[in-house]
Amino acid sequence: MQVTRRQALGLSAGAMAFVALGPGLKAARADEAATEKMLMEFTGGKAPASGKITLTAPEIAENGNTVPITVSVESEMTDASYVESVTLLADGNPNPAVATFNFTPMSGEATATTRMRLARTQNVVAVAKMSDGSVFMDKKQVKVTIGGCGG
Amino acid sequence: MAAPKPRVKVPKSAAAGEVITIKTLISHTMESGQRKDSSGNVIPRQIINKFTCEFNGKPVFSCDIEPAISANPYFEFTAKVMESGTFTFAWADDNGETYTHEQAIEVK
Repeated sequence: MQVTRRQALGLSAGAMAFVALGPGLKAARADEAATEKMLMEFTGGKAPASGKITLTAPEIAENGNTVPITVSVESEMTDASYVESVTLLADGNPNPAVATFNFTPMSGEATATTRMRLARTQNVVAVAKMSDGSVFMDKKQVKVTIGGCGG
Repeated sequence: MAAPKPRVKVPKSAAAGEVITIKTLISHTMESGQRKDSSGNVIPRQIINKFTCEFNGKPVFSCDIEPAISANPYFEFTAKVMESGTFTFAWADDNGETYTHEQAIEVK
């Protein structure tokens, strides 16, 4: 069979796309599993309930290098009942851990804002651990136009 | 890299029991350890890995930081003040250094 230049180019481009896509897909799945694992480590194996915690993130982030993000948890913040810590995870980053906020009753309110990096469009997860051991979770998808991991 | 410079915004005075908002920022590149230089070598990770805020020696807020926090890490959080005193802020760098900043508040 005679292979034309056009066919040869098409074939090699297809092969390259396949090679590029393969590890990419694999990594994405591994990260979701890693996120789940980190979540379970943080909660001590407890499945988090929804509610109480609010994660505020932009729907579309133009620049993945600085994505403003706010978490706030409803709590009295007294010595008897307060939010111990809140962890932030991003399932599409090279490493899903983002930050862990540790609160005390002296915080007054369990609210914190920071700026984070997002490599690509992905889910951001916030999990709160209360002083009585209960855990709450909120999740937001953030669409990223330009990734923020120096790629 | 220039020496990291902390910038902190705390109200000068507050009423007893008031919940105040504190804003902090420190200039730091937060090198993630994911980037490569022009010859393809990985640039080693150097980030601020821990931020703490204390009031009169008691912990108020702290944060364990991963490379996914942006350059010039910014934190905004709240504190409940019952008495006059001093807030102490500390940022721990991967290179072992700690940058600190103090700010007093007067409670009326």
